[in-house]
Amino acid sequence: MNSNNLGYLFAAYSIIWLVVLGYVFTLIRREKALRKEIAALKEGMKKA
Amino acid sequence: MRPRILLVLSTLLILAALFMVFVYVPTDAEQGNIQRIFYFHVSVAWIAFLAFFVTFVAGIAYLAKRNPFWDMVASASAEIGLVFTTLILITGSIWARPMWGVWWTWDARLTSSLVLWLIYLSYFIVRSYITDEERKARFAAVVGIIGFVDVPIVALAIQFSRTQHPSALIFEGGLAGSMLVTLLVSIAAFTALYLLFLAVRVHLKEDESELNSLKEAMRE
Repeated sequence: MNSNNLGYLFAAYSIIWLVVLGYVFTLIRREKALRKEIAALKEGMKKA
Repeated sequence: MRPRILLVLSTLLILAALFMVFVYVPTDAEQGNIQRIFYFHVSVAWIAFLAFFVTFVAGIAYLAKRNPFWDMVASASAEIGLVFTTLILITGSIWARPMWGVWWTWDARLTSSLVLWLIYLSYFIVRSYITDEERKARFAAVVGIIGFVDVPIVALAIQFSRTQHPSALIFEGGLAGSMLVTLLVSIAAFTALYLLFLAVRVHLKEDESELNSLKEAMRE
């Protein structure tokens, strides 16, 4: 077995987890931004 | 299933799958360690196909009932499918380099997979160009339904054309018992992860819808 192939294996699994974690991170960021905006709007409606 | 349960389940299954891929399953005699990419590559492909199937079914449900919930499910699933199709292309390419000596070749399986990625990219381009919510959902549902035609083409490409891509060993009984179990655990792990992502993404879309309603109420 070519030992260089371990580098390809490492790259494949690293990319899978980087993409999955990146997607999780964007979901969390979107959720936080939305909740903040909804809370601000609700507050604005109460005051109005 | 509740997102919290799905989070625990997917975490446990992913840890088990990683253990099986790197410790439990023996090294392939022909390909060596690079074959270990196969377990997650196939699982990721399964999730992409499942995600586009859900988009297809939810698209039909939307056109039949005109309930915005089905559009939320369809677009959430298409987004996850697009992420996982990106991973099919990347992991396949990384496997191909040491095995075939090239990162990419224009054979039937690879080309139809790239077309699948482009179809679902166009699904989001369609959505981004239309502002009217009802029209956006209707057009996207049509793209999601027609786009799904490419999924069986990708799946069957290795049966009906000359391709360098390995054949579907899982259906031909060519996988050793330990390899099959590892693959099934990996598929279960990614299925749980898909269901978690879908639940969270649909919930997020419901929040976006609530926000738009609040904004309209403010304007009135």
